[in-house]
This record gives sequence, structure tokens and C-alpha cells, in this order.
Amino acid sequence: MKITKELVDYIALLSRLQPDESERVQMTAELEQIVSYMDILSHLDTGNVEPLSHVVPLRNVMREDIVEPSFPKEELLKNAPGGDDEAFLVPKAVE
Amino acid sequence: MTWETVIGLETHVELATKTKIFCSCTTEFGGAPNTHCCPVCTGMPGTLPVLNKRVLEFAVKTGLALNGEITRHCKFDRKNYFYPDLPKAYQISQLYLPIVRNGKIPIRTGSGTEKVIRIHELHMEEDAGKLVHDPWLDQTKCDYNRCGVPLIEIVTEPDFRTAEEVIAYLEKLKSTLQYLGVSDCKMQEGSLRCDVNLSVRPAGSTALGTRTEMKNLSSFKAIARAIAYEARRQIERIEEGKPVIQETRRWDENKDATFAMRSKENAQDYRYFPEPDIPPLELSQEYLNALQLAQPEMAEEKMARYQRDYGLPVYDTQMLTGQKALADFFEACITLGSDPKQTANWIMGQVLGQLSAKALEAKDMKLTPATLAKLISMVKAGRLNRNTAVKVFEAVFDSDGDVEEYVKTHGLEQVNDPTALTAAIERVFAANPQSIADFKAGKEKAFGFLVGQVMRDMKGKADPQAVNQALRDRLEG
Repeated sequence: MKITKELVDYIALLSRLQPDESERVQMTAELEQIVSYMDILSHLDTGNVEPLSHVVPLRNVMREDIVEPSFPKEELLKNAPGGDDEAFLVPKAVE
Repeated sequence: MTWETVIGLETHVELATKTKIFCSCTTEFGGAPNTHCCPVCTGMPGTLPVLNKRVLEFAVKTGLALNGEITRHCKFDRKNYFYPDLPKAYQISQLYLPIVRNGKIPIRTGSGTEKVIRIHELHMEEDAGKLVHDPWLDQTKCDYNRCGVPLIEIVTEPDFRTAEEVIAYLEKLKSTLQYLGVSDCKMQEGSLRCDVNLSVRPAGSTALGTRTEMKNLSSFKAIARAIAYEARRQIERIEEGKPVIQETRRWDENKDATFAMRSKENAQDYRYFPEPDIPPLELSQEYLNALQLAQPEMAEEKMARYQRDYGLPVYDTQMLTGQKALADFFEACITLGSDPKQTANWIMGQVLGQLSAKALEAKDMKLTPATLAKLISMVKAGRLNRNTAVKVFEAVFDSDGDVEEYVKTHGLEQVNDPTALTAAIERVFAANPQSIADFKAGKEKAFGFLVGQVMRDMKGKADPQAVNQALRDRLEG
């Protein structure tokens, strides 16, 4: 797969990253390398292999519907770069 | 040219579990901002979500009730997007193997159209948080109490042609979910939300036109109005030679119109991939059988039983089973010994009348079955006449007042005393010689007037039938 400059720009947009021109060049090369490494896999015959949905052989890991105390609000908000005494604050995000 | 409107729905339903889908925080509505949260639902790094057993159970129960195929090997996927309503920057949802596929919901509209709406799929996912914009700070406040509340999203095929069909479907879906007990379906609290996909095409055409998706529809009324508006808008564009643009539009209740949302929000590339934190689900046949067996009696089964066991007409059974709370109310009255047909008449006339006048749903009314059963028994015993009983009903409806007490303090008990009746008739005759003459001259209308006068003389407490009979005897005897 060919990694184009347009594809890098698009991935940067989706990831909300703003790399500068030299970073873009570097990322294009690195992504190209990673993807061609992965291409090795496409040489394998996987016709008789079930698609894998999970790497751990676990099934049906669930919990009972029982309420436990929530976390203290102050503790949760401590990690936020922006917040007041009751909510996380972010730059304007609603119309 | 005649145009046909084609509509498909995506309905999000909040499940009535006690805890969130992937953590043990409460799902209770309201609460001070960020007090129903923990490191899992606020997306702290290094936390591990664990699926709530009951979410799977509720999703499967709904799938069974919708006659869908249950996906026995099922898993979750990550839907990636950056928006502060989801602190993880992804939503755990299902794309590749939704829990239910190919369901059906039969509907019947108010004007009598019957059709089957096909359910494309039903999947499980987590709800997002609430964002409130603070105009003073020009910042957005994030409240994550709703974040991680379990949802099922039910996606239909584009099978609707009118707003009426859409409303009939939503009412049927809501009733089904309430019968199953999987959601309270409170639209005002956002536990039932609907996105409408709509396109138009020339009548007779089978190709689909370009569709728009409408969001922010918070009531059945808003949905009906938004459909009418959007269909008209698309038709006008096409007739002016402009194309319909595929986009998401927001319904503005106050302006009665839809508006395109910013194109940035329309750029959708969610880069779904299998959710690594949650192992897949394998549902055994035994598990499905047990849930199938535990399904509650649904509206159609209740309708059949009411017809068979109580001899009620189809119409009555439809009215009684339209809301689960109403059917429960009816059954409780019967258990208390009330006559089924009498009870049905009271519920269809008075109870539904009061509910509609007060814009309430049956599940929110205070009136108890015991109160209605008491009233019915008093009418049956001849202690209240029907008209007075209706007045008493209206007086006690709001706060489930004490019927016996109300009748006593207002002196409404029916007078079944023949002497008092005779005396009242004497007084009315003495005061209205002209009406008696009119009646004898063949004016049947005068009879009704005399009945009214006797009832008035007895302050409405007489048994109307007894008054009729006594008057006839007196006039014709």
C-alpha cells in the first residue's frame, strides 16, 4: 500500500494532530515502512483460518448489575487540565 | 409530479438497568454533575470495562420480542471520534456482529393502515455525556453522569412512507419495551431518542433518493412536524432543480425548521475496529431458551386472553393493552372483583379521558385500582348513580382520594327511598302543571324535562332508572 501525503493529512485530521511539514515527511516514510512490514501477512494463505475477533481465549466476561459507590467528584476532576468545582471544562464545542 | 417520502429510523433506547454498561456506577437520572462517575466511565487510562450481564439479557429479550435473529457469536467494536461528550475518544458499540438482525414490528396506524416494519439490526452501545455551553466563559462544561449508560440502538429498513406510520411504530416499540420492562422510555429524560433518515422520490419509482438525517427530535410531535418540513424542503429543492445534499440536519423546535449541522460534524470516518478490552460473547441455546421462556405476556397475548376470558370486544382489548401500565391497572381491578366490561368502560372513558386531558401516561397516574374498583362496586350496589360516580371519579383522580370519604362529606350517596322519590315527584308536579299537560298532549320531550326536574329536586342523588319508572307509573297509571 502506498502512503501518500494526502493520506497522512487525512489521518492527521482524524487524529486532531497538526504536524508541520518536516514531521509530515517523516510520518509518510515511517507509515510506509510499517504498512509494508504488515504486507508480509498478505503473502500467507489464510483461506482456512477463522477470522480472529480476540487474542485472549476468554468468552462471556460479565458482571452482575449491582451498584457500587461512584468515585469522589474531586478525585476525578483532579486529573483534568481544565475544570471548575463540578465539571470538566473544554474549549467551546457546542453550536 | 406526485412525490413519495421514504423514511428509516434509528432509535436509541436507554436500558432500565441499575448500573452502567461497563462499570458499577448508578444509571439514575439527574444527580449533581459528575457524581455518577468513576475512572472507567470517564475514560481514565488503564481502566478495564466489564459488560453488565443484564444489558445483554435486555438486548436479547428485545430481539426475541421483535422476532429477530440473535447473533450467537457476538462482539463489541470501537467507534472512534473526537468530541468531548465521550472522554475516551471512542464509543464502545457494535458494527460487525450486532446482537440482533432481521426483526419485524407489525404496526397499525390511526387511519387503519397495517404493515410490517423490518428491523435491520439492534445493537448494544454506551451513551455519551452531556455538554453545556457556558456563554460567560465561552467554554463547554462536560457532565459525564450519562456517559456509559447502556443503550440499544434499533435500526429499521426504509419502510415508512408517512409520519403517521413512524408514530405508530414508535408507539408500538415503546409499548413493547415497556411490556418487557427493559426501558421506561421517557422521552423527556432522553431514554427514547430518535434520528430520522428521510428522502423523497417520484411516486412509483423504486430507486432511493439522496437522504438527510435529522437529529434533536425530542417528542412524537416534533418528529411528525420535522418529517413534514423536511419532505417539503427536499421536494422544493428538487423542483427548483437543486440537488438534495446528504447531510445531518438539526431540528429546531422554536423555528419549526431543520438546519444543516456544520460540515465538520458531517465528516464521518469512525475507523471501527474490534474492541480489545471486551472478550467476545458466545450465547448458548440454553441461555436463549431460558430467556424465551421468561418473556412476559405481551400486548397481543393479553388482547387474545381478554377476548377469550372476559368476552371483551377487540376494540376494548386494543385500548386496554396500548400501555402496559393500563393493562396492569385493568387486571388489578379484575383481581379486586370488578366486572371486566364495566372496568373496561371506566378505563376507556374516564381513565383515558383524564389522562389525555392532563397529558399524562398511565404509568404516571396516582389513581390506584382499589379506588376505581371501589367506585364500580358502589355503582353496582346502587349507592351511587353513574353520573355522580363520574363526578366523584374526577374529584379523586389527581390524588387518589378516598371515595367513601368524598361521597360522605359531599352527601352524594344515592337516595333509594321510594317515599322521598314520591315526595319529589309531587313537588315537581305541583310546580310544573304545563309540562304535565304537554306530556299528556303527546309531547315526549316534556318527559325528559320532568325527569330532570325530579333529579334536580333530589340534588342528583336519585337513581335515574327509578325516577324514570316512577314518573311513567305516575303519568300513565
